[in-house]
Amino acid sequence: MTPVAFRHRLAERGIDAQLLLLGPAAVFVAALFVYPFCYGIAVSLQPVEGGPFAAYQAFFRDAYQRDTIATTLRIALPAALLNVLASVPIAYRMRGRFRGKRVLTTVLVVPITLGTVLTAEGLLNFLGPTGWFNRVLLALGVVDAPVTLTHNYWGVFLSLVITGFPFAFLLVSSYLSGIDPSLEKAGAVLGAGWAQRFFRITLPLLAPGLATTFCLTFVLAFSVFPSAILVGDPSGTTRVISIAAYEAAYVRYDYAGGAAAAIIMGLVELVVIGVVLGLRSLLYTGSTAGGKG
Amino acid sequence: MTRVRRRIVATPAAWAVWGTVTLFFVGVAGVIGSVLVNSFATRWFDTWLPQGYTTEWYGQAWEEFTLLPVLGVTLVVCLLVAGVSVLVGVPAAYVLARRSFYGRRAVYLMFLLPILMPPIAYGIPLATVLYKYGFAGHLSGVVLANLVPSIPFVILTMTPFIEQIDPAVERAARMCGARTRQVFVRILAPLLVPGILAASILVVVRTVGMFELTFLTAGPDSQTLVVALFYSMSASGIRAQQSVDAMAVIYTAMMLVLLVVALRFVNPTQLVARVKEDPE
Repeated sequence: MTPVAFRHRLAERGIDAQLLLLGPAAVFVAALFVYPFCYGIAVSLQPVEGGPFAAYQAFFRDAYQRDTIATTLRIALPAALLNVLASVPIAYRMRGRFRGKRVLTTVLVVPITLGTVLTAEGLLNFLGPTGWFNRVLLALGVVDAPVTLTHNYWGVFLSLVITGFPFAFLLVSSYLSGIDPSLEKAGAVLGAGWAQRFFRITLPLLAPGLATTFCLTFVLAFSVFPSAILVGDPSGTTRVISIAAYEAAYVRYDYAGGAAAAIIMGLVELVVIGVVLGLRSLLYTGSTAGGKG
Repeated sequence: MTRVRRRIVATPAAWAVWGTVTLFFVGVAGVIGSVLVNSFATRWFDTWLPQGYTTEWYGQAWEEFTLLPVLGVTLVVCLLVAGVSVLVGVPAAYVLARRSFYGRRAVYLMFLLPILMPPIAYGIPLATVLYKYGFAGHLSGVVLANLVPSIPFVILTMTPFIEQIDPAVERAARMCGARTRQVFVRILAPLLVPGILAASILVVVRTVGMFELTFLTAGPDSQTLVVALFYSMSASGIRAQQSVDAMAVIYTAMMLVLLVVALRFVNPTQLVARVKEDPE
């Protein structure tokens, strides 16, 4: 086959010189993401002593390491669920136009940009034993002694809600704005109450978007690291898996253990996302616009 | 002409929704407010408000934490990351938006994974590789590490922008004899300026806030502001709390300025993510 004919056959399958534009990006991602990941897997399979899977065995044999998976999920799953579930009714109420909507969404973006480090610092001041929050509760007579909300599970949980809720809200409201309101109006004309309209029209159309939102919020919550150290209890109830991986690699200089923990972390997260996206594929995904079908 | 005044009625559901939102905002205001007040406080222990106010913590934070070089590093890192990821990401986004080819889904998945993975999970192997080749500990390592989530982010943000441009414009240019490079520089680039601005500002915002990757790869003279803030916080007891808070306020102010700039160009929902529903 002549080179020209070969090029034509490739071009028929959509492969030609223009695809080279993908090159630089593909090289960067391959060199900085795919290669390090494979390198990490290789490192984790070559521990200083023991067989190829010794680092993984050590991780699962040691309860102090193994329990970090459960700890991480215990923080990340409820936080992601709460963020998504709370933003549905709020976004549903705030559909449509009203005065001050742009200001409201702008203010909501602020906590996202603050990031977890600053949120942790603020939570330590605000929720601490002499912080404003406890002062208000004491002054109102709700509690007798200051509530401990920092350096434990709740500090980390609240920091995830503060950064994660606006994120979930903005995503959910952008999905909601894509659903044609005339579908609901049609339901109303046919005599459906608000509950029927919500549960039988809007929610099914929104559900795929909710699954995506949950995944993205969960990724944020799952990789919690700075706030688990600063506002949590990093050697006890909030010893999340990222802390275990970091300690193994940079405190104990056990590179195989650190790489193994990092890879276990990635796998656990992909499993959760895979389950959610698998459930999502059972749902209706298609046009959310009205009109003649 | 008479105006019909609508009666404002609040149902219990509305009360619950607005109540939750108000509670959330009170919490956020308390979090930011207590940092802000504390950074101006002389002494603040067991009272509602501090005993006196001063601005000396800012001067102290500026000198103690050598903030000027830290701010410089942050700026350089952000500009480099934004510049490189736009230069590399936009052509790739163009191909993904316009072409269908064998293996497109696999390429798309490769660009999606760095966004879906927790930064620590790929940051630790990445830092090991960067140390091996001598990049980590310097500015170049920090920039390289931050490019990993930024390039896919630019690609995912730019793809819808490119899809909006009518391909007929490009075809017309090609009919007139323009090569791919000319199509890019003289047709697409001017049309894409708003999208490129939006994408690069979003990359800057994300890079300023990106803690994990910078933390894992930065050396003593290549820390960005957020990493310096973390170190000063986790070493609490050595430094006065107010001094740390002053630094936190500087960080917040920087973020807010960026945010105001960003919101002039982008829709708030875009700031969050622009992952397309279905690649096909």
